[in-house]
Amino acid sequence: MLNASNLMKSFDGLGVLRGISLQVNEGEVVAIIGRSGSGKSTLLRCLNNLEKVDGGTIEIDNQALVKNGVYCPAAMQRKLCLKMGYVFQNFNLFPHMNVLRNLTEAQCCVLGREKDQAQKYARELLQKVGLADKEKAYPYQLSGGQQQRVAIARALAMDPEILCFDEPTSALDPLLTQEVLGVIRSLSAEKRTMVVVTHEMMFAREVADRVVYMEDGVIVAEGRPGEVFDSDKVRSFTGLGD
Amino acid sequence: MELIQQQLPIVLHSLNIGFLQTLKLFIVTLLGAMPLGLVIAFGSMSRFKPLSVFTRVIVWIVRGSPLMIQLLIIYYFPGLVLHNPIWGGGESGRFLAAAVAFIFNYACYFSEIYRGGIQSVPVGQIEAGYVLGMTKTQIFLRVKLLQVIKAIVPPMSNEIITLVKDTSLARIIALQEIIWAGQSFMKGSQGISGAIWPMFFTAVYYLAFNGIMTLLLGWLEKKLNYYR
Repeated sequence: MLNASNLMKSFDGLGVLRGISLQVNEGEVVAIIGRSGSGKSTLLRCLNNLEKVDGGTIEIDNQALVKNGVYCPAAMQRKLCLKMGYVFQNFNLFPHMNVLRNLTEAQCCVLGREKDQAQKYARELLQKVGLADKEKAYPYQLSGGQQQRVAIARALAMDPEILCFDEPTSALDPLLTQEVLGVIRSLSAEKRTMVVVTHEMMFAREVADRVVYMEDGVIVAEGRPGEVFDSDKVRSFTGLGD
Repeated sequence: MELIQQQLPIVLHSLNIGFLQTLKLFIVTLLGAMPLGLVIAFGSMSRFKPLSVFTRVIVWIVRGSPLMIQLLIIYYFPGLVLHNPIWGGGESGRFLAAAVAFIFNYACYFSEIYRGGIQSVPVGQIEAGYVLGMTKTQIFLRVKLLQVIKAIVPPMSNEIITLVKDTSLARIIALQEIIWAGQSFMKGSQGISGAIWPMFFTAVYYLAFNGIMTLLLGWLEKKLNYYR
């Protein structure tokens, strides 16, 4: 479903991704863990075309977004990236739109859905994330956890094939973290394809089908959660399982 | 006091006519400078270096020199130096020259306010629009524009109130606005001469009009306060 190989990316000569290859299969939840600055967020941003790689290939549904460092035309890039959904660490809801409109705006202007249809779908999704009663609220009136759940619903509204989360709970306190993780957990139960960059080790262990551990821009360990978390390198990082 | 009472109807009539010209200059300046300011703002933010440098130099010159001097140069330079009086004589020529000077001057100020407003929208907002598949135009119109407007209303209000008073500078090229009208009673007009109070009285017009503008802009600012 998503295939990335030999991705290279540097900022001001500093190599942030140094030959990363990653495959995400349909229905799979992949958790990317690693220290701050290990390049995991940059990897996710490159996969979603928020950053351009310097080299390597990214294929989404067997279509190349970038092949050996050469990007496809801009219109095609946008089309391919619509297959990807993205949830930001700090939500990035549109502050001037109420919750419902946050969910319908892109459905209407990008996917060309009718307003009624978009609203109906938005309400279904708000129900799903437990915020059916908040459709008229503005983002500033919501807690961080609620904002993040709206952001997840907004991403889902575009029917992405792969949903990506960039440290979705890093800006939240422990209680709010749990409500957001609950939503992600329920999505994984639906067999949604997801890539989650996270610092929540217990969560990664529980939800992920596969865990990728990054260090200094390379993947150091990869495999089933049990295997990865028990490897010595990861153990020294997580402090778990000792 | 009795004298003032006798003079009042004549003076008010003249001041009203002058104020219409003031109002006309104010409105024409706003209509011209607001869109031109946006063009200049995009110029100064351009990634094409020569264009952004050129634009910023122009903005520096216009903001860095007195509007009164700019008015004099724009009005007199073509006729006196180039021997090509493009503005023509009479009130309509003076108005045209004043409008050009005011529009260009205020567009430069507005451009800096716009630039600040556009740059104040967090990059995360643009990225959110992008990952939802929006085009650059959609992101600008649907995501950024209202946030920019909210950010620029307070500084724009300041400039607009300053503009109301700045229109008086057009007196320097003898545009027959309200200061000119008030002053005419000092030199002598319609049987009244040596009267200075009409000129003092013009301040009431500016105050009243700026009162209305303050209320109007305050209302707009409040209207945009529905979100944070």
